[in-house]
Order: sequence, then C-alpha cells, then structure tokens
Amino acid sequence: MSKRKDKAWYALFTVPLLFVFTTVVIIPFVIGIGYSFVKWDGIPANPKVFVGFDNFVQLFQDDRFIASSWNTVQFTVLSLIAVNVFGLLLSLLVTTKLRVSNAARTLFFMPNLIGGLILGYIWQFIFTDAFKLIGQKTGLGSIFFNWLLDPQFALYAMVIVFTWQMAGYTMIIYIAGIQGIPDDMIEAAKVDGANMWQRLTRIIFPLLMPSFTICFFLTLSGAFKMFDVNLSLTKGGPNNSTEMFAMNIFNEIFGYGHYGLGQAKAIVFFLVVAILTLTQVAITKRKEVQM
Amino acid sequence: MKRSSKWIFEILLAVIALAFLSPVYIMVVNSFKNRAELYENALALPSTLSFQYYSKAMEKMSYLTAFGNSLFVTVVSVVIVVVLASMTAWMLVRTDNKLSKVIFLILVSTMLIPFQTLMMPLMQVMDWIRSNLHIPMLNTHGGLIYMNVGFHASMAVFLYHGFIKSVPIALEEAATLDGCSKFGVFWRIVFPMLKTITITIAILDVIAIWNDYLLPSLTLSDKGLRTIPLSTFYFFGEFTIVWNLAMAGLTLTIIPVVIFYFFAQKYIIKGIAAGAVK
Repeated sequence: MSKRKDKAWYALFTVPLLFVFTTVVIIPFVIGIGYSFVKWDGIPANPKVFVGFDNFVQLFQDDRFIASSWNTVQFTVLSLIAVNVFGLLLSLLVTTKLRVSNAARTLFFMPNLIGGLILGYIWQFIFTDAFKLIGQKTGLGSIFFNWLLDPQFALYAMVIVFTWQMAGYTMIIYIAGIQGIPDDMIEAAKVDGANMWQRLTRIIFPLLMPSFTICFFLTLSGAFKMFDVNLSLTKGGPNNSTEMFAMNIFNEIFGYGHYGLGQAKAIVFFLVVAILTLTQVAITKRKEVQM
Repeated sequence: MKRSSKWIFEILLAVIALAFLSPVYIMVVNSFKNRAELYENALALPSTLSFQYYSKAMEKMSYLTAFGNSLFVTVVSVVIVVVLASMTAWMLVRTDNKLSKVIFLILVSTMLIPFQTLMMPLMQVMDWIRSNLHIPMLNTHGGLIYMNVGFHASMAVFLYHGFIKSVPIALEEAATLDGCSKFGVFWRIVFPMLKTITITIAILDVIAIWNDYLLPSLTLSDKGLRTIPLSTFYFFGEFTIVWNLAMAGLTLTIIPVVIFYFFAQKYIIKGIAAGAVK
C-alpha cells in the first residue's frame, strides 16, 4: 500500500481524539502557565496585567494557602495509612476461603461507586446527628460528638469518609496481588514452620510490592487532589481549618476572582502532585522483587 | 482451618461487612422518619414506611430530569471515548515510528495534571470558542461531553495501548491480504478482540463521569441541564437542611448506582483489578 494512503489512515484514526485532547488539555495547560504571570479579575473587559513572578511570590506569603497546604499534607498522610491498612486487611479477610467472602467483597467496594459528593453528605448527617446520639446513649460523649465543629476532628472526619470510599478500591487491587502469589510458595513456607506473621512479612508483603506501588499512587494522588468530599462534608470549615489545596485554588479563582494568583497556585499544585507521585512510584518500584 | 474457628471467622467477616455498610443503613432508615422520630433516635428503624419524603425530594431535585441528563452525558461520553481511544491506540501501536512514540508520551505524561490546574484556562478556551467560533461549548450537554472525552482520552489510550501490544498481529495481516481496509480490519477484527479492556475502560469512565461534580458545576448553569451530583449539591444548598428529606434525596441518588453495581458487579471488580495492574 502506498505511503500516502497509510498516512491518511493514520490521521483518520488519531486526529479526532488528538484534536479534542489538544483543545481540552494541552491548550488550557499552556495558556494556564501564561495566566499565572498576570493579574486579572476574570472580567473580560478588564486588562490582564503582566506581573512576572509576583503571583508566585505572593502565594508563599498567603497564610491561608500555607494553612491549606498543611491541611492537605496531614490529610494525605493519614489517608495514605488508613486507606491502605484497611484495604490490605479487608483483602486478607476476603481471600480466606469463607462462604461470606464474596458478598463481603461486593459490599466493601460499594462506597467507591457512590461518589465523593454524596458520601460527604451522608456522613455529614452521621457526624452531626448520629454521633451526638451515640454519645448521649453510651456516655462516650468525648468520642462521639459533632466532629465537624472541631477543627482537628473535622479533618479526621474527612479521613474517615475518604477511607470508607477508597479502602474497597485498594482492596480489589490487593486481592489481585494476593491471588497472583503461587499457593505452593505459601504451602512451602508453612511446611518449613513459618507462622502467620512470618508468612505475611517475609513472603506476602514483598511479593505484593507492585500492588503497594499502585495503591499508594492512587491514594496519594486521590487524597492530594480531593475536592468533592471536602466540599460536601465540611465546605472547608470550621474557620477554613479543613480547606484543602484544591478547594483553596477553586476559591481563589472563582470565589475571590483572583484569576492570576489562583492559576499560579494551580501551577504549583501541578508541580507538587507530579513530583510527589513520581517520587513515590520510583521509591516503591525499587522495592519490587521479581518472582 | 478447624471447623469451629471457621464459623467464628464467617460471623466475624459478616459483622464487619454489615458495620461497613451502617452509613447506608442510617441514610435509608432516616429517609422514612418524620422530624420528631428522627431526632428521637437516628439509629432505630422507622415506625412507619412512608414515602412522602421521597416524592418531595424527587420534585425538589428534579430527579427524573437530572437522572436523564446524567445518563445521556455519561453514555455518550463513554461511547465516544471508547471509539476514539481504541482507534488511536491501535494506530499508535501498529505504526511504530517516532511520531507515535511522541504522541503516546504526551498523552501519558499529561495524566499527572490535576483538574484544578486546567479548570480556569479551560473555561477561557471554551468561552473563546463560543464567542469567536459560535460553537456553544458552555452550558450545553454537548460541550460537557466534549470536555469529558478530552479528559478521559489519555487514560483510555494508555490502557488500550498496553492491551493491544499483547494482541498478535497475524490475524490483522491476513485480513489485510484479503483486501480488508484499515477501517474494516479495525472494526471487524481488532475491536472485538479488545472486549475485556473495553469493558474495563467503560466501567472506570462510567463511574468517574457519573459521579463528577466539578466539571459540570463549571460548565452547566441552566437548571434543566443539571446532572445528579449537581442537583444534589443545589438541593443541599437551597434549603436549610431538613435531614429526613435530605436522606430521601440521597437514597434516590444512590439507587441507580446500586442497580448498576448489581448487574455489572462481576465486570466492575474484574475491570478495576485489570485496570490497575496495567
């Protein structure tokens, strides 16, 4: 077949997708970098004033942005631990050959399908009313009170909701990993007298490293970019104490109309997400072992 | 495992699974209670089974409209993503040159860009297209679908790319020799072989697009265009929260998801696992 004809087919198959992709991702990304160097209030008639790196200097002096960074770091670290501990535990539970295993697996995954915004609203009710009630009935008022009114506990509340959402997802990935481990390897270890803990730490965990890589990546980037649970559960409150990166950027741009400053934050956000996730993948990948 | 300890494990796991779902229980039981009953005991079963809050919530959320909107946007977006991404990925794999490598690299590396980095300039671009080219990209389902396709393109190409690399080329060559055009080869021979990965991609995108709040909130302003997450958001924003009504509304939003999960459960769980390993 002629070269030219091949090229025409190539274009026919790839151009439609690449055109959409370019207009939706590439062009906005490039002009987004441009916007981060101007001061603009978002009103088309008003001028965009070039201010160089001013926005980037300003965002590091923005206390609320710094506070939201710290919230995001706390939230991400706690979520990373909670989601993966629970995901792994659940996967170990449902891979035991029990009759309820399959049903349990189905149930554990379900919150993930519901979507962050809705989950946040459900839990808003649980933390405000159900918790209060449990506190009154059990006398454990120091544990069960309205978490959403306390700055630190509101953050923990978000970790709980996020964990509820994500644990089932990581569970599925851990299950796939566990099922990839040959049975005779575990049997051999049993015959050699390895107890449950030794089998876990010496055989199962090292062989699960690829699953850890994926699950850590998913929870790390998911937690870092989290927006909808934040919006529906706490709206960033009380007193902005649970405002995360993503929400701070959204408010800066669309709430206060600081388009340039907000976009500069968004660029910094991208750099942090990219560096963080790439570093994590590089580190956990290095720990993967070959079977 | 010994018989007795096996039973203990069975019960333990069942209890954990039920505890895990307790938020859903709390949501459903309170959607039937009146105000007094709800504040008396939010954890108890309702004394009567009254659906009045459901009909009220349905009306306030414009539930049926929102459901139709979500369904339309999700289905059309996912179909277009699957069609375009599979074609693109196939060409990129089968045409092994520098251009293909560069395109693939760009697609993959942009997966790291968070939506927040793109949202404001994206709205500017769409606004520019609307005012200069007179194509209604904002406040239309078409525009939202277009943007959904753009955002889910790279992940889909990435997954298809990995899958197609493992599909042997012999069948395609045979079909070409028989005089099949590239179009014919792809749709008649290749695409049917991509069934498993297509299901995975479709499921991942259905979940993501159905539940998406941020993009629709930025693009849709007409009430009649709202998707389910959007109408839920406004439902919670417009009234001081009446919890029994709110719980009925939330239950309504979850019903389609549960029905979908009930039918596609096997594929969903397989798809997630397959999608992650790639």
